[in-house]
Amino acid sequence: MPNLLTIALIPLLPLAGFVLSGIFGRRYIRQHAGWLGTLLLLGSFVLSLSTAYDYFFVYGKTDGVYQTLVPLQHTWLAFSDKLSIDMSLVIDPISVMMLIVVTTVSLMVHLYSLGYMKGEERYSTYYSFLGLFTFSMLGLVLSGNIFQIYIFWELVGVSSFLLIGFYYDKPSAVAASKKAFIVTRFADLGFLIGILVLSYYSGSMDFQTMIARLTSPESNEVKSAVAANFLGVSALSWGAALVFMGGAGKSAMFPLHIWLPDAMEGPTPVSALIHAATMVVAGVYLVARMFPVFALTTPAVLEMIGWVGAVSAVIAAVIACTQTDIKRVLAYSTMSQIGFMMFALGVSGYGGEAGLGYTASMFHLFTHAMFKALLFLGAGAVIHYVHSNEMKDMGGLRKYMPVTHATFLVACLAIAGIPPFAGFFSKEEILLAAYHSNPAIYYIALATSGLTAFYMFRLYFGIFWNKPYQSAATGHDSHSHGEGGWVMMLPLVLLGLAAAGAGFIPFGEFVSSDGKALASHFHIAFSVAPVTLGLAGILLAAWMYYRSGNQPDKMAMAFGGFYKAAYRKFYIDEIYLFVTKKVLFNLVGRTAAWFDRTIVDGFINLTGNTTLLVSERIKKFQSGKVQQYALFFLTAAVLLAALFIYVLK
Amino acid sequence: MNEFLTLMKSELVLTGIIFLLLFIKIGKGIKNESLLPLIQVLLLANFIFGFFLNQPGRLFGDMFYTTPVIAFQKNILNLGVYLISLVCADWLRKTPHLPEFFLLMLSALLGMFFMISSANLLIFYLSLELATIPVAAMANFDLEKKRSSEGAMKMILSSAFSSGVLLFGISLIYGTTGTISLPLLGERLDGSALQILAFIFFFSAFAFKLSVVPFHLWTADVYEGSPIAVTSFLSVISKGAVAFIFMTMLFRVFEPLHATWHLMLVILSIATMVVGNIFALRQQNIKRFLAFSSIAQVGFILVALTGQDYRYHMNSTAVIYFVLIYIFSNLAAFGVAAVVSEKTGRENIDDFRGFYKNNPFLSWVLALALFSLAGIPPTAGFFGKLFLITTGASDANYWYIIVVALNLIVSLYYYLRLVRAVFMDKNESAAEAVPVNAPVRLGLILCGAGILLTGVLSWIFDYIHSL
Repeated sequence: MPNLLTIALIPLLPLAGFVLSGIFGRRYIRQHAGWLGTLLLLGSFVLSLSTAYDYFFVYGKTDGVYQTLVPLQHTWLAFSDKLSIDMSLVIDPISVMMLIVVTTVSLMVHLYSLGYMKGEERYSTYYSFLGLFTFSMLGLVLSGNIFQIYIFWELVGVSSFLLIGFYYDKPSAVAASKKAFIVTRFADLGFLIGILVLSYYSGSMDFQTMIARLTSPESNEVKSAVAANFLGVSALSWGAALVFMGGAGKSAMFPLHIWLPDAMEGPTPVSALIHAATMVVAGVYLVARMFPVFALTTPAVLEMIGWVGAVSAVIAAVIACTQTDIKRVLAYSTMSQIGFMMFALGVSGYGGEAGLGYTASMFHLFTHAMFKALLFLGAGAVIHYVHSNEMKDMGGLRKYMPVTHATFLVACLAIAGIPPFAGFFSKEEILLAAYHSNPAIYYIALATSGLTAFYMFRLYFGIFWNKPYQSAATGHDSHSHGEGGWVMMLPLVLLGLAAAGAGFIPFGEFVSSDGKALASHFHIAFSVAPVTLGLAGILLAAWMYYRSGNQPDKMAMAFGGFYKAAYRKFYIDEIYLFVTKKVLFNLVGRTAAWFDRTIVDGFINLTGNTTLLVSERIKKFQSGKVQQYALFFLTAAVLLAALFIYVLK
Repeated sequence: MNEFLTLMKSELVLTGIIFLLLFIKIGKGIKNESLLPLIQVLLLANFIFGFFLNQPGRLFGDMFYTTPVIAFQKNILNLGVYLISLVCADWLRKTPHLPEFFLLMLSALLGMFFMISSANLLIFYLSLELATIPVAAMANFDLEKKRSSEGAMKMILSSAFSSGVLLFGISLIYGTTGTISLPLLGERLDGSALQILAFIFFFSAFAFKLSVVPFHLWTADVYEGSPIAVTSFLSVISKGAVAFIFMTMLFRVFEPLHATWHLMLVILSIATMVVGNIFALRQQNIKRFLAFSSIAQVGFILVALTGQDYRYHMNSTAVIYFVLIYIFSNLAAFGVAAVVSEKTGRENIDDFRGFYKNNPFLSWVLALALFSLAGIPPTAGFFGKLFLITTGASDANYWYIIVVALNLIVSLYYYLRLVRAVFMDKNESAAEAVPVNAPVRLGLILCGAGILLTGVLSWIFDYIHSL
């Protein structure tokens, strides 16, 4: 059985880091907060590794099936006799996998930030926020209870709000953190309602109980949840869809993705942590956590998830082709890749071979975390070097930043799906799963993976080749810090190794929808199309961006309006602005103001006139309006009485 | 005799304190500096004593009754008054008539105790008046300020009017049922048109005290004019007490008219939340802002009253729990506003821009309070709202719950607007460091601890539910 202390320590160590640097950081351990946080996280990482080893190879398997283990179960709030909120920790294949992902990436980011954030005024604050975020994310991953997940979900939101807005003297950073907070809060409201609906009908908030009760079609819970309907859709589907809405908000799925590109205002290592590997995949994790409910009871919602994922994947890929800010390219690429994970879940079935999509999705989550974190950290090193986010300020950097160049190339090959790098294996599985169950999504995905190769290599050639590097500053003296110290290079190299080799992990052995091992098999013939498309994308990018020239402009001209639309991110931000500013403000705000001015004030004036005589006398008391209040009072009482006695009788 | 002493112990202890203050006033008089700590200690002792010797029973020919739940409700109010004596200490110390102020406040509290315990319309009416008239006098306590007098005047006139309507309703109820004993009354209601009219008049008096839209018009003027100690008493203690008795009246006495009051609550709660929110959005003065937002909060309390679970105490548990949390949150917010207004004279939201720079402690307390009022986890306010809305949702009226949820988002916006002003906005003329005295600091820390712990410590909710 798992050791409770070990597992509890995994999230508690980063929390200790948060508390220590939060309280003592400013005064006592200002310079050491970074090392303190990194060492604590190293502890967490080692414990995660040992937990994973023990779970997968020692005690996790019974009769060839990975069990869901609950080392801690504590009744926290007894809501009613049958419904209570528990605090529990859960150990199963996906939570263990996520432990590895979160602690690995977080450790790399901690280490990297030692160099990147050096000399920052609020250095210790930064590390305390990192600790808080890591704690919340690990808590989210380990939650065995939907309500507990919601609490950590909000904590993750808050800590990412703090991190995105870290440079709080920059107005754009403040605006971005606010936008992220509001958009995800909006989605979280749906999530909360979904939780309430599902727990109301299933009578439990515990995942295992909830899933058991909601997946057997004969159970009373399912019957009552299907019978109740709202706007023609059953309560069960509403609940599942609303829970997904929460996930879509966090995972930046179309159309709730608008906060992600702006969130790039945060420090770059933060983007690597939050917007590549951890928080943004929380939505995918949530869907995977409740997967049996989606797959067995509400297949329609699952299909919707598939389509949302596919649409997000392709839209984000097109937009990524046109952006010039390298972090924004990576942001859209993240959204596109998460779209892959989402639709892989959407096309998956439950159990056995049909569950390939589930395994593929989790596999891609794992490999993507490695190479995307690497890409962000690499981009961070580049930005650190040239002091700009714009591609036009870069080019020819391969000579000056050899380590970054090599690792970035590995990551690009991985994301483009070129064998034998990690992304190839996970993406092949996703495509295979889609091919078997939903051909339309398969073709969308195929086209998207070609686009992926193109925009990633556009980025790669734009940064490292293209034109010879010319520093904006005078001479190269301003770059005396070079690529950054070993603390910045080591994470790049380690993640580079992971991005190159993670694909060879026999993932289906460990993670599958029903816990049984799933053999992954490759068909060379099947891989031909995506790999060819990927190579074509790379060649196109090389032709356009290997040297600086006018091919890109010609290309943009050829696509004309489409290019412009994509460059403007398909005007989605403008649509939101239009809806909120114009429609909401004018329709609702103006109407409310008009109502207030004309009806409410008018009514008061009217009642005031009728009592003018009385009011003249009492005006000596400086009150003037109190008799109107009384009249209003009486009118309301009489109207209510009339309403209830005559109209609603 | 023994029964008399135990059942009425809350009232008796309070009366004892009132008399003590009276003697102090008549005698030589003690300086405020030494009197205030004495009063604070007495109120704390009163609160602690409130946990002991709580037995159910009836007195005075069934006109007065008490149960552990009622004793707990009274003790929540005791706690609130104790916290007010702490967080408003700056203003209290300066007021020239300190003993009178507490005489009035504790008399009003005594009225509320009798009101919560009343099992007879006569006692109810008398105690309601006892709970109202001293507050009007308190509202007038800033003697040199014209607005204070104006607020008091408006309050006493409006209250008199509402009492008139209430008495009319009571007399009609007596006319149709022939009794003023509440348990008998419940059995004799048949839902005739005259009874509905009587009930609505009766109901409007509660709506008035709770500032339910459209009976709320007096609220903003009175809140703005009164000293902050009085405003916080009105918005927290008064509201809490009336919510408690309102709940009992609806669930126990007027249960036969359930169909009527249920729909009425749905309509009025939406009106209350919407109007409270819209007005709170526009306020610049922090006291008016808190006043309107407290109107919106009352709307959420009404939501819980609409739920179908009232036969199983779920509604009453949710409301009591929420009032407890609301006391902590609102008193923390008012406390910070009181300190700042007393020391710097700043009362506008714009004055709070960049407040964090020199006042981290006050800023964090204010932020906690606002988070809790807005219902953001993990503060207690989240759990309070959660239970309120879940009980409301037990009615399966989803459109209604969606409207409630949208209102919740709007309230989130304006509470966070203040938080943003405090923490993020730059301000050249940001407030200087405001000194915080020991009692105020203690009060704010207690409120902050309450906000953080009440939600997380599950046994508090369980304890209320088990009563």
